[in-house]
Amino acid sequence: MTMLLFFALAAIAVAGAVSLILQRHPIHSALSLIVVMVALAGLYLLLGAEFISAVQIIVYAGAIMVLFVFVIMLLNAGEEERTNFSRMAAYVGLPLAAVLAAGLVYWTAHEGTGAAAPMQRPATRPLAMLLFQDYLFPFELTSILILVAILGAVVLARREEGRE
Amino acid sequence: MVPVSYYVVLSALLFGLGVIGFLFKRNIITMFMAIELMLNAVNLAFIAFSRALGQLQGQVFVFFVIVVAAAEAAVGLAIVILIARNRKSLNIERVDLLKL
Repeated sequence: MTMLLFFALAAIAVAGAVSLILQRHPIHSALSLIVVMVALAGLYLLLGAEFISAVQIIVYAGAIMVLFVFVIMLLNAGEEERTNFSRMAAYVGLPLAAVLAAGLVYWTAHEGTGAAAPMQRPATRPLAMLLFQDYLFPFELTSILILVAILGAVVLARREEGRE
Repeated sequence: MVPVSYYVVLSALLFGLGVIGFLFKRNIITMFMAIELMLNAVNLAFIAFSRALGQLQGQVFVFFVIVVAAAEAAVGLAIVILIARNRKSLNIERVDLLKL
């Protein structure tokens, strides 16, 4: 049953990723990416990471992708223009990406095997202990990072006064 | 029980697809989404290993990765808006000021 669920979710995720690449319209790519993220959230549930699964849905599929879709609509992004894309990408990029993917798959398939250890309880409480005790300082730093990012986004996207 | 290697292979596949998308797409926003796909692939590997080793640190790192991805998306999309405003286009080939 777990195996079946894994393969179903993995197929959905890979199909979504392929669709992200093949779609020519950015909004279709964004919707494909949301499919990938929901499938990954299901995989996280399968791995016993309930909290991360919820965060994946709320933050990634909710906040970040809404931001993407919002910007796509704001800029009225249309179909991707067909250009004679650089030969470098065709002759070097594709083989390189294929080699990277094949190498990673080969290496991981031959290195670590062994079934995942069954997680005993829902891991959210120990995760909170870890996050708010051992990793409290990095956790607080991330809030500063978010603050700086918000300021940066506001400053960058602001329309300059007096120019328009 | 699903072996960890299956998860890691799936993660590698998604990462490779993200790399291909980043290299082949010409739309800045779509390239950005390919980067997000790669981050998600790494998150999957983190959680799979966290499960396999029975340690929760992996999930903490996934949490941090998600936070950084959110910050990156905010700043990156602001830059995309700036580029779109200045170049009147989302095509990455129009942004070639540093190209020789």
